[in-house]
Amino acid sequence: MRVMAQVAMVMNLDKCIGCHTCSVTCKQAWTNRKGTEYVWFNNVETLPGQGYPRRWEDQERWRGGWERTRSGRLRLRAGGRLRRLGRLFANPELPELSDYYQPWTYEYKNLTDAPAGDDMPVARPVSQTTGEPIGTIEWGPNWDDNLGGAPEHATKDPLVEKVRDEVGEKIRFEFEQSFMFYLPRICEHCLNPACVSSCPSGAMYKRVEDGIVLVDQDQCRGWRMCVTGCPYKKVYFNHATGKAEKCTFCFPRVEAGMPTICSETCVGRMRYLGVMLYDADKVTEAALVADEQDLYPAQLECFLDPHDPAVAAAARASGITEEWLDAARRSPVYDLIRTYQIALPLHPEYRTLPMVWYVPPLSPVVEAVAAAGRDGEDAGNLFGAIDALRIPVEYLAELLTAGDTYAVDAVLRRMAAMRAHMRRVNLGQERDGSIAAAVGLTGQEMEDMFRLLAIAKYEDRYVIPTAARADADALADTHPLEEGCPVTQDAYQVTQGGCPVSSPEGPGEPVLLNLAPTRRSA
Amino acid sequence: MDLLLWGVMPYVAVTLLIAGLVWRARYDRFGLTTHSSQLHESRLLRVGSPLFHFGMAFVVLGHVVGLLVPDSWTDAVGVSDHAYHLLAVSTGAVAGLAAAVGVGILVYRRLRVPAVRKVTLRSDHVMYAVLLGAMLLGLVATALNSSGVVDYNYREGVSVWFRGLFALQPDYHLMGAAPLAFKLHVVLGFALFALIPFSRLAHIVSAPFKYLFRPYVVYRRRDPRQLANREPKRGWERAS
Repeated sequence: MRVMAQVAMVMNLDKCIGCHTCSVTCKQAWTNRKGTEYVWFNNVETLPGQGYPRRWEDQERWRGGWERTRSGRLRLRAGGRLRRLGRLFANPELPELSDYYQPWTYEYKNLTDAPAGDDMPVARPVSQTTGEPIGTIEWGPNWDDNLGGAPEHATKDPLVEKVRDEVGEKIRFEFEQSFMFYLPRICEHCLNPACVSSCPSGAMYKRVEDGIVLVDQDQCRGWRMCVTGCPYKKVYFNHATGKAEKCTFCFPRVEAGMPTICSETCVGRMRYLGVMLYDADKVTEAALVADEQDLYPAQLECFLDPHDPAVAAAARASGITEEWLDAARRSPVYDLIRTYQIALPLHPEYRTLPMVWYVPPLSPVVEAVAAAGRDGEDAGNLFGAIDALRIPVEYLAELLTAGDTYAVDAVLRRMAAMRAHMRRVNLGQERDGSIAAAVGLTGQEMEDMFRLLAIAKYEDRYVIPTAARADADALADTHPLEEGCPVTQDAYQVTQGGCPVSSPEGPGEPVLLNLAPTRRSA
Repeated sequence: MDLLLWGVMPYVAVTLLIAGLVWRARYDRFGLTTHSSQLHESRLLRVGSPLFHFGMAFVVLGHVVGLLVPDSWTDAVGVSDHAYHLLAVSTGAVAGLAAAVGVGILVYRRLRVPAVRKVTLRSDHVMYAVLLGAMLLGLVATALNSSGVVDYNYREGVSVWFRGLFALQPDYHLMGAAPLAFKLHVVLGFALFALIPFSRLAHIVSAPFKYLFRPYVVYRRRDPRQLANREPKRGWERAS
């Protein structure tokens, strides 16, 4: 067992209101620069829809991620190393700017600087790459937001194309018959990152301490293979500097114990951040399972239980500090992924073992059941209604479990059970253990899950250990204070082991600085 | 004049090349990139760029063989002069034409696609002029020579002089006697060497062959040097 730690994220799609605040604050923090006008490290897509860049899920076209060869080896879907090097001069699997969108601004200056005249001055749109006026703006970063133009655009959603035969009638885009939900996306900071594996220069790397995937700007030579390698199209090419850039998981904030800016500013309070411990020795094996639908359970198998003393011992042996272990035990992400098993990975079939997971949307099932004249929060009714959800389970399964509808169904049932259980609690009725038992949980777990999902307190959502504390611990390990204490003031009366003790009452307790927010019980 | 051009100039060019690369590696690693413009346009690039790069790779290989292998060696293995020249001219012509067509497409693309023209670097103007000049003169020299208009055996002239450069005793009279097309080609060739560190050509030296030998996933620890208060880096200019 080789224990590694990763700061991971879970997004509760049930609560995303599609406000794009995460995208805007991320843009302001990271990509409001020349060369990154078209870049959104965080974007929110309306599903069904084509996404950003357009049809990024169509891996027949973009060839991102990994594939399992017939001989049972793992190979980049875009080809092996030699083939990649052969495509350095022109990469056929690289999206063009028009696949994202042509970034534009307006000639605002006209509005104030135009000479007085009979005509109202106008602010024409101009391209931010060429400076030329654009006649008609034809696409943008969220052009099909809220199903805008869905009859025309949403049919080109690669997932819709995939499940259309299977689901048929259920996917419609007519008014009052369609379905939609939001999918906020950032870099997945995968356990088996295809972008890192595609980089010819070795400029991309996964950090040992927290698993954040970054681009070394001094080492990147602009070969742009990472853009192809990433199946989520979350590595971008800065056309001004000629370097690749990507979501940094706001590492300067995370190192200081703060949530990423997208999480911090999430209006719906639907993002969760926490530590996951995983067994690095199992990663390749998990990415290699033959059946794509086994990738989700295989990745679950990689995660280690931080409450297990054997895991804790192995973690300490591989240099993970107590602060990180403590954070792992209180990790909301661990609970959502492992304990309650209601979070699912995005497109596990890409074999990158992503680390930003999603709780699928259940709404508006209660309203749908109630509209049919039944009790909308009765567990039995809810379980029965999941198959009849307006968002087809098949569509969610293509998104989150490589098409395994059983796994999605299990998650939705658990969420429905939570509603039924909590209704009884809130109405002062007797708790019905059979509801929780039907989905493999206990009543207490249901209530903890409710607290995490519905109450979603700041300190419950974000449990992030600091890097500074880990640095200090590491420093203390390499520079042990053996030869007495550096503090030699005479003012201290009591000494112990050559070290002054602050309290004269008795043997001194070490003074602990409260660096970790320890509000959530382990 | 001959001494300056053929005895001193090559060393100046190589010194600039080495010193320039050391300077970039030490102070401007951020600037070392291909400056790829594929994001803006890929249809012309898909044809032009591989033609040019692979063509150039073979042209460079041909130069290495032509300049570094003495005719006594080829004689020793029994390759006749005629056979050698037939081989050299035929392969050289294919590679040279591929590179020329490629660079033609790339220059057309750079001039005619607005977004690509906008991202053209200042150094590109000099670099493209020298590159096009060197390629054109190389093709002209070869054409003149093989068509018999000029009767000059570069293996007894330019090549001998070139090998002399490595021994630090170049016989500059040999170059002085070479036809004008060869002379100009050599001058522009060395100018190109000198330009490598100061233009986008710098990406030549970062050809990523080590990719073939490293593990797929790269892990790194946080670098304590990255944590200090640093000057804001290039690449963080405001969007217009």
